[in-house]
Parts: sequence; structure tokens; C-alpha cells
Amino acid sequence: MNAPMNPRKLRVTTTSLSGCFGCHMSFLDIDERLLELAALVEFDRSPITDIKHCSQHCDLALVEGGVCNAENVHVLRELRANSKILVAFGACAVNGGLPAQRNHLDVGKCLSQVYRTPDGSATAIPDDPELPLLLDKVYPVNEVVRVDYFLPGCPPSADTIWKFLTDLLTGRTPRIEHPLLKFD
Amino acid sequence: MPTVSVSAEISSLIEPILQRHAWRADRLVQILREVQEAVDFISDETAAHLAEALKIPYAQVHSTRDFYAFFYRENRGRYRVLFSDNITDRMAGNQALFEHMAKRLKLEPGKVSDDGLVSIDYCSCTGMCDQGPAILVNNRAITRMTLRRVDEICDLIRGQVPLDKWPAEFFRVDDNIRRADMLLGTPHEPGKAVRAAIARGRDGMLAEMKLSNLRGRGGAGFTTAVKWEACRNATAAPRYIVCNADEGEPGTFKDRVLLQSYAGRVFEGMVIAAYTVGASHGFLYLRGEYLYLLQPLEAYLAGMRAAGLLGRDIGGVAGFDFDIEIHLGAGAYVCGEETALIESLEGKAGRPRVRPPFPVTSGYMGKPTVVNNVETLCKVTEIALHGGTWYEAIGTKQSTGTKILSVAGDCARPGLYEYAFGVRIAQVLEDCGAQDAIAVQVSGASGVCLSEREFGRRIAFEDVPTAGSFMIFGKQRDLFEVARNFAHFFAHESCGFCTPCRVGTVLMKEIMDKIADGRGTQYEMNELLRLQQVLKPGSHCGLGQTAGNAVADTVQKFRPAYERRLAETDFVPAFDLDAALSRARELAGRDDAAAHLGEEA
Amino acid sequence: MSDTSNANSFSIDGQRIPFTPGQTILQAALAAGVYIPHLCHHPDLKPHGSCKLCTVIVNGRNGSACTQKAMPGIEVENNTPTLNDRRRVLLQMLFVEGNHFCPGCEKSGNCQLQALAYDLEMVSPHFRHAYPVRPIDTTHPDVWLDLNRCIMCELCVRASRDIDGKNVFMLAGRGAESHIVVNSPSGRLGDSALSIDDAAAHVCPVGAILVKRVGYAVPIGERQFDEQPISRQVDYLARRHIAIVPAAETEER
Repeated sequence: MNAPMNPRKLRVTTTSLSGCFGCHMSFLDIDERLLELAALVEFDRSPITDIKHCSQHCDLALVEGGVCNAENVHVLRELRANSKILVAFGACAVNGGLPAQRNHLDVGKCLSQVYRTPDGSATAIPDDPELPLLLDKVYPVNEVVRVDYFLPGCPPSADTIWKFLTDLLTGRTPRIEHPLLKFD
Repeated sequence: MPTVSVSAEISSLIEPILQRHAWRADRLVQILREVQEAVDFISDETAAHLAEALKIPYAQVHSTRDFYAFFYRENRGRYRVLFSDNITDRMAGNQALFEHMAKRLKLEPGKVSDDGLVSIDYCSCTGMCDQGPAILVNNRAITRMTLRRVDEICDLIRGQVPLDKWPAEFFRVDDNIRRADMLLGTPHEPGKAVRAAIARGRDGMLAEMKLSNLRGRGGAGFTTAVKWEACRNATAAPRYIVCNADEGEPGTFKDRVLLQSYAGRVFEGMVIAAYTVGASHGFLYLRGEYLYLLQPLEAYLAGMRAAGLLGRDIGGVAGFDFDIEIHLGAGAYVCGEETALIESLEGKAGRPRVRPPFPVTSGYMGKPTVVNNVETLCKVTEIALHGGTWYEAIGTKQSTGTKILSVAGDCARPGLYEYAFGVRIAQVLEDCGAQDAIAVQVSGASGVCLSEREFGRRIAFEDVPTAGSFMIFGKQRDLFEVARNFAHFFAHESCGFCTPCRVGTVLMKEIMDKIADGRGTQYEMNELLRLQQVLKPGSHCGLGQTAGNAVADTVQKFRPAYERRLAETDFVPAFDLDAALSRARELAGRDDAAAHLGEEA
Repeated sequence: MSDTSNANSFSIDGQRIPFTPGQTILQAALAAGVYIPHLCHHPDLKPHGSCKLCTVIVNGRNGSACTQKAMPGIEVENNTPTLNDRRRVLLQMLFVEGNHFCPGCEKSGNCQLQALAYDLEMVSPHFRHAYPVRPIDTTHPDVWLDLNRCIMCELCVRASRDIDGKNVFMLAGRGAESHIVVNSPSGRLGDSALSIDDAAAHVCPVGAILVKRVGYAVPIGERQFDEQPISRQVDYLARRHIAIVPAAETEER
């Protein structure tokens, strides 16, 4: 990668909301290019670092997954507030993805069904404040916060992610086209 | 295939209707209307019964039934009340009346009462803007609604008083002719125009039409003679004359008055058109909201038949046979588009056809068909009587003759105003007593929104073209709400055929609602214009092409009305996140801090 | 063919396109190897003009290339940034209007809606999702219907009516409530006259009407639009026929 020498490393934060971490796995699939990337960026809050909150202002946020519960909203807002550029990373972040297939169901009925006692006589929906409450629907990231870029794919392939990141890190508008642009 | 059964009672009510329509599938819209009148709604069972009786696919009956707003699949009660929801009804306070009735009858909008007696809902403009707020009860128009009248109606419904026993005063529809010119001010002598046309001969009448330069009054302004000649030159037969009385454009009601008090001219215009192009059959496509006109118009036609103005050898011309039948619409604005109207006449959902071919060569049943507006046909009688040259001298060079405006909104004297083409907006405002107008919506929701600085412009095809609607907004009005009302109208009326209109009108409505909720930002302003750039050039018919006009006009001319609603941040979700948690919160029995979401991070 | 005569040719983006009288702009373009995006067109069926993806500018006026006849000398604008921007918006509209979850759809890789979105570089559906509640009908032994993915192109309606002579499918409702209905007393596909041999069972450009038991038979990488983007498969688009079973393919066309 012919990136210009950067006086400081770009800070990247990543998260997986209502996703499967598949996009993160695909990210790791860029393999040896990780080393190249490591020379240019450092990771802030991310499953990769296990940092729990954004420690300072980030340049780039990669958000995997849709928004399905209150915790997702808090995380997403934190990343949005602390990042210059926020990317909807992968199919679920872009359109809700497979988790959004619950959207035609009433969330109340789902909960009642799932938490019914074995004999069916009562429901015992957990009320622990530690547990995030479910939203009525699973929302794409861009319906909750402003999104700067979209990177579709389930997951986006390692090459797609690499192309996207290298475009971005070298100051180009990211462009994903055939054969890298995939929704599946 | 199993035969679907309906109850003996329903079957016995449906049978005479089918018989009257000779089991003709192309009468499906008319059959459905009458069946609903007889049995209140058209269940899937009833629909299947009709399909089998008419020997058409079940899906075809569903397709037609589900298209029209006034056909119901589920029971909506024996009394079906619809509140006209044009912006002029809004301005006259229809929402408070609606809520009052909903409360009195303990009803939710669109849902029938527990006893299956009554339902209330909103509907598109019913064409009573000069005497609103208006409602429809089982498609019968009631004007000048007040809280007191709502109470009286609630009592009548609760007392299950049949509609024809309700006070006649409720159903009074006034003409409100405020300024009469050539058309509205001249007495009508039955048969004279037809005789005059016949005296001119077919070629002669067409020549006069050409000289007159008469252009269609439905809005598009196509030259009538060109239409007629193309139909006349089409080789196929029979040919048809269709009078488009599907006056659905919000704010317009001139055709209603013409049909109520000038029907002779309308029908004689059709006879003259038939004579000129060689048509043998005519249809009046009357919007369902004007059901109350059906009986008087049928009676008028009977009188014309008795007078030899319809039927065989009209005017003593051997072989000039022509008759007119009336078809009713059922709540679909798009049927004002001529090919959608023809689809509806053929018993189908009113989706506009691909053009070409145009109706003049391939219209009703694929045969040459002239579709003319009610007012246009009235003008034809003037040309027959006085000649094209005389007619051409009135108005402007490109817009000859007079134009009737349906004036409503913030003015002292709403009603009909007839002017020679070329009249300035300011003149109309002065005549109707609109001192403090800040805007005029000309030609309805699909038309143009003019601001004060444009009041010097003229009503004419070459300047401000119009189908007749003229809605005035005073300084107390909020033009954002006007545009939002129209955005809702188009989303409700889109036929669904083409992508840009089917989806784009809904997206536009949602964005307007988002802004109304205080959730809009500059982003939404850009989105509105982006949608308009797809709707306008990309839609299949005039509905979609014009659906974004009012929004685009008001964004440009009344931007502060939008901007004062915008949030200062760069983005706000369209929905309330905390409310989106409410169902789970309630089921988990929680109300702790973590069970709530604030508006921002 | 004379290269100077306008009598049997017109231009698309400056390129000369020959045509035979009666051909639409789209038919002539595809025959000449020029791609115009489209969804509701199929060479075996009558032009329809509802998806509006093929909207081009003909002598300065917008029109559907699939319904407008080719005329001598007309100048057509097609592959322009403005038109492609509009097409991308139309695709986004179709994506948010239904429930299009590509990762879980058998049609992925063979889907024209998806292929068009790839080709026009639509990276997100952009608008607010409607997430409509739409039914799935699995009552037919050989074919299933998932209206979540329906784009209202009416190819099935036309194929059933005009090729199969059956009227199994029709478009009902209005505006956003538009939906395909099945012609049977119950409204279910299993009670309809649809047969696995029908063109209507195979014509769907998206994953709304699918044949059972053949899902995912073609591995990723070998599907219709994996190798080449749709815009480079003009020959396929122009010459394809509704693939039914080999025996039934000879008649009708």
C-alpha cells in the first residue's frame, strides 16, 4: 500500500452490535496485510483490543450488526460521538440483515413465547436491569445515527475490506464495485 | 375447483345486480359498487361468488376490489362515514369534527364499531371545498359539517335511521356560482346546440372545432379538435365518447356544478362529439363521491331520449345512433387519468396504460375513444352554436374561451368563478374577497403553488395552466402543512404500478411526517428534492410526475415554514427510540434508568 | 446495412444502433449489444414499463426504453451519471419497500435486482426500511411464493396469462398496498392451476417465486452474475428464454 507517511496513526474503533462477528472475522482474514495496516492504524475500543469504551477521539468506526436493543443504541451513539467517520460494516449494519427477519413479529409475543414456563402456565421474562431491553425491531445503523460509508456483504470479503480501508486511508472516496461488491 | 358459497340472503341480493348487468365481467366495477350497496362489504366469499358467476378469475375480482378505496373487503358497518380530508376541509376544522364523532360513537379510525353498525375514516377531497367540511355517508355527500351536525348524525346512526330518512338539508349541495360568463351565464336551450352541429355537418363541425382552438379543460390542455380528428380517422369501430367526470383533483368542484345544473350542455357536447367522430356509444365516468348526482343525471338522459337527442337517428340524421350510460368510480383519483379511467370502465383496477397507443386509436375495449373533460364538452356546445371564429376571439391566443375556477380556502366568497382566459391571479383574489392571501395553489395538489410575488401571473395554458382548482391560503396558514396534506394525498392515491410513484410518494410522505415531528434536519430537505428528481421525470403517469410539485414549490417559496421545524443537529432518527423499547419494557415490568433511552447520546 | 442511413438506425449515447421496425428501444439496444438496465422486461413477454429502470432520455424527453418504439434518427441518452443516479434511487426504493435479505435468499447470485444493484454500485438501500409484513405461501408441491421479495414487476402475471394461459397471478391492491394475489378459491398457490411446467413458475427475476428442492444447487462463484456483472451479459439478456423444462421450451416461442 502506497500510503503517504502519516505523522500519527489513525485511531480505529470497531464493534459488533446485533451481528455474528463474521465481519470481524473477515477483517482478520486480510491476513498478512494486518501488519501493513498495523503500521498505519491503532485500535481503540474494539473486540480486538478489549477496550470497553472509546478512550479518545477516533478517526474511523467500523460498526458491524444492526441495532436490536438498548445496549446497541448506547454503543452506537458512543462510537458516533467519538468518531470522524462511521462505517456501516456488513449486511446487518446496512439493512438489519438476518436478525431483522424478526421484524415482522411482535417483540412482545416473541418474549412471551420464549420465556414461557415449561408447563406453559406463566411467562417469566427476565427483569434484570443488567439485561438490555429489546427494541421493537432490528434497525439498520443508518436509521439510528448518521452513517458516512456503507460496506455491504455477509460478510464483506477480506479483499473488499482491504480495498475499502486502503481507499479511505489514502484519502480516496472508497469505491466498491464488481467483483468486490456483494450482498451475500 | 370447489364452488364457494355465500348465504342465501346475500345470493338473493346479488342476483338481480348480476342480471341487470347481464353477467358482464367488464361491468365489474359497477357490479361491485352495487353489491356493496346491497350487502355493505365484499367479503372474499362474496368476491369468489361473483368470480364464478361472471366466469372470471377469483384474483381478478380481488384485484379490482382491493384497488378502489370505496370497496371494502371487511365489514365497515351499515353506516360508513368518511371525512373529506382535503387541506380546505382541514382549514375548516374537519379534524375536530372527526374526533368528536369518533368520541361520541366510541370508534377508532377505520375500525367498525363492536356492534358492526358504523365506522369512520378519512378520505380524499370529495369536491365540496366551497361548502365544507364535508363527509360521505355510504358515499352520499353531506356538506357544511358542524359539531351540532355531527351530534345529529351520531343520533341518527345510533337510532339506525335509514339514510333516505335523514334531513334533506344535510344533503344540500349549493352551486355557489359567483361569477358567470359565457358558460355559466347563458341560458341553455335543449337540443339547440346538437341541431346547430348537425346543420354544420360532420366536417363543418370539426372545422369549427379547429378554428376555435379549444383545449382540454382537464389540465393537460390538449387541443380537442386534434383528438377528435385522430379518433375520426381511426379505422376501427365502434368508436366511443367518454366524459371524464372523475373530478378528483383536490380543491376542484366545477364539474360537480356543471353536472348538477348544466347537464344538458355536458351531454349535448358528448352528442356533438359522437356526431363529429362517428361514435355510437358514450360513457359518463362519474366519480363515486358524486353518487347523489346519479339519479338526476339518469333522469336527464331519459328526457333526452324522449326528446330524440339520444337513441336512433338523432336529429333526424339517418344512422346517427348514440346513447350514453353512466359509470361510477369508487374512490380512485388516478382514474382521472384517461387510460386508467378506461381500465376502470372495463371493470378493472384503474392503472394507467402504456401510451402509445393512445385512446383515440385504442381506448375502451381497444377501440377508438375520445376522452374529454366535463367542462370541455360544455364548451363544444358554444362552438356548435356560435362557431369557432367567434370562440377563438375570447381569451388569449393560446388559451381560447373561458375557464371556470373552483375557488376555495381563505376568501369571503368561495365558489365558481368563470373568466376569459388570461385573468390575473390578483383579480380572482380581489373578486372572491381574499385580502390577505400569501399563497394560491392553482390546479390542485398536482398543480403549482404561487406566492404573493406571482399574483400578477395569468390563468392560461401559456402561463399558469389549471384544471380549475384554486385554493387560497391566508397569512395565518402554514404552507408546510399544506404540502404535507398533499404528500399524504398522493401516497394514498398512487396506483402502485410504477416504482418511483409507488415507493417515492410514500417516502416523501414519511419525510414530511418526520419533519412535522421535529425530527427533520437539513438532510431531509435534501432528500425531498432528491425524491422529486426521481418522481417527476421517472413516473409512468401524471400522478407521479406531479406528486412532488407542491413539496418542491413550498420548499423553494416557503422555506422558513420547513426550516423552523428542523432540528439543529445533523441527524435525528425518524422514530422515538425510547418508544421502541416500550413493549419489551412493559413485558419485563421494568422502569429503571437502563430501561429507557434518551433522545441523544 | 448502410452506415449512413438514418432510416433503420438511431443513436444511444452517440453510438449508432440498427433496428427493425416494431422493435422497442430496449430490444434494439440489447440486440446491438448495448446494455440498458431493466427489471420488468423479458424477451418472451410483452413490454410492461413499470419498473422504470430502463428510463432513458429520447430527444430530450424521458421515456421507458422497454415500451417506446425505436424510430429512425432518434437520439437516446442512456449511460449517463444523471440517469444512473436515478436508477440507483429506484433500486433503493425497491430494496426498502420489500424485505430483501440477500444472505438468506436462494436467488442470491442469480437475482436481477441484486445484479443491478451491484452494477450500479448501490452500497446501501439508503431510505428508511418499510419492513412490511408479507406472507409466504408454501402450499404448492413444487413452487413456493415469498412475497417479501416481490418487486411488483408482473412478469409472473404476464407469463401466466400470455404464455401459460392461466391467470394464476394478478396484481391487487393499490399504491404501497399493491401485492400479487394467486387465483384460487382459497388464494393459496397449492389450490391454483400453477404447474411446475409453467413459464410463470420460472420467470421471477428475484426470489419471490422459487422452485422447491433446487435451492443453492449452483455453488457461489458459478451463479449467473458472479463472474460477469449484468451489464456485460447483454447477449444473455437479449436471448434468454424462460427456462422451464427442455421439452416445454420448443412451443410458444
